[in-house]
Amino acid sequence: MKKALFGPSLTPYLLLAPQMAIVAIFFLWPSAEAVRSSFHIEDPFFGTATFVGTDNYVDAVTSSTYGRAARFTALFTVVVSVVSLGIALALAVSADAVLRGRATYKTTLMWVYAIAPPVAGLIGSMLFDQHIGPLKEFAALFGWDMRVGFDYADTAIAMMTVAAWKQIPVNFIFFLSGLQGIPNALKEAASIDCRSPVRRFWTVVFPLLAPTSFFLLIINITYALFETFGVVDVMLKGEPGNNPVTLVYKVFLDGFRGQDLGGSSAQSVILMVAVFLLTVIQFRLIERRVHYA
Amino acid sequence: MTVSSDPALAASWSRATAAAGANRRRRNLQVYHHAVLIFGVALMMAPLLVAFASSTYDPIVIHSEGLQLGYGGEFASTYGAVLFDRGGFTGDITGVRMLWNSVILGLGFAVGKIVISMLAAYAIVYFRFPFGTVAFWIIFSTLLLPLEVRILPSYEVVQSMGMLNSWTGLILPLIASATATFYFRQFFKSVPDELLEAARIDGAGPVRFFLDILVPLSKTMMAAIFIIMFVVGWNQYLWPALMTTDESLFTIVRGIRQILQVWIGANIPEYNKALAMAILAMVPPALIVLIFQRAFVKGLVETEK
Repeated sequence: MKKALFGPSLTPYLLLAPQMAIVAIFFLWPSAEAVRSSFHIEDPFFGTATFVGTDNYVDAVTSSTYGRAARFTALFTVVVSVVSLGIALALAVSADAVLRGRATYKTTLMWVYAIAPPVAGLIGSMLFDQHIGPLKEFAALFGWDMRVGFDYADTAIAMMTVAAWKQIPVNFIFFLSGLQGIPNALKEAASIDCRSPVRRFWTVVFPLLAPTSFFLLIINITYALFETFGVVDVMLKGEPGNNPVTLVYKVFLDGFRGQDLGGSSAQSVILMVAVFLLTVIQFRLIERRVHYA
Repeated sequence: MTVSSDPALAASWSRATAAAGANRRRRNLQVYHHAVLIFGVALMMAPLLVAFASSTYDPIVIHSEGLQLGYGGEFASTYGAVLFDRGGFTGDITGVRMLWNSVILGLGFAVGKIVISMLAAYAIVYFRFPFGTVAFWIIFSTLLLPLEVRILPSYEVVQSMGMLNSWTGLILPLIASATATFYFRQFFKSVPDELLEAARIDGAGPVRFFLDILVPLSKTMMAAIFIIMFVVGWNQYLWPALMTTDESLFTIVRGIRQILQVWIGANIPEYNKALAMAILAMVPPALIVLIFQRAFVKGLVETEK
């Protein structure tokens, strides 16, 4: 806490006013609205709302499409996080250890961060395209007839590939900065005690990276849940049909296409609770990280 | 004389072979690291190279032979068409216009967020007033829910205020998340108290202290946040896709969605133009990240903490 402070006056209220106004209008109000309409059924023609208690929640959770989307989202999140974190960690370890060309590798590997998810989705959907996609041809070499956009599993795999690819740079940057934060004395001591670089990595370096990894895991889960919207939307070409969708995409579909405000809001609220829990975990981890940093 | 007959020589010999072994291992390890990194570079770059190369080909070639790795010779005509031809339903939106709109969104988002959050963080850290803690917790709560989960009610709110298809309606809801406020709050807390005491002895009020001391001190932080936020703003997709139905407000990333609509109906889709647009959408933020790499990495690692 600061010792020196300005005393009470009108100034702090004026300074806070813009932020508070935006938060109130564009955050608190819509969030409250989501909760309210999740307990109502709205009639799109007459604009009337009927209170239905938890019916929307029950309907949402028990519907088979919701179950399917929830299962897909869980799998999608796990696969995207694990694949992306694994590749990024391997790359960061090598980028930290390599003697020549470190800066070039680092720059080349991280700038993909700047690419928007829908742009990645567009390029990905062309690479997996039925007629022109080289990755489809590659899969065909192994006798795998990939039908992205038509086959549920194939589409899921393509979406996961693109989403994981897009997230590699962020994970790479964090892992590399974590590795570079390990004191050299520690690395040298470890290299005297243990000859095998593989064992050294798992017994010394990896445990030291654990806080970074936990933190990144949360970031990746949030990414896979929400920020992949652009990837999903573009790869499905806005026409989900029978293809896999994430829960956030389903909120959008039911709300804007299906005009089911109550159901969409109930799904929103369920997601809000999920994010809330994730954020609480994240803050707990950061608190802990600060202590031993 | 043999090596083994002299114990001193034998010892130095075995030391030498051990050193050579260690050197060889180190070299092999370096080879491994380079191999991993080259694989990584190929993994990250190949899709983009294919995308760029194919964008220079005639769509008929792409349609019959697949995506290309080479130079198709149509660079100028394809990119010229994407940048300057008027398209869309209204027939007057060009690529240049969409890029310009993206610049406005990126700048508006980044600058708006920095200004608003610096003011709020200043109030929270440097003033003692009853509402302070409450304000902090309210702002804190915005970190809990991303825009995506409250997208429908946000749309309705903006609609009821008559702000659909306007820059205000596009930018303000995106600013509502308080990541930057937290970042500046952390930073201001690390500024030594003596500075404020000294400034007060010199008779500086809150405004003078903020403008003459705090803002100059925050310059590197502001730059770092600016770069991240510009890229985040530039890359917005869902919100602009819902908010803007008026094509004159389309950003280039929003335009990607429009391409798909054309793609589905066409006999031979204009793959080249779609890819050219993807390339155009990624070049400006990529350049910013490359040019300001140091500030970018700092901003990313610091803000996400």
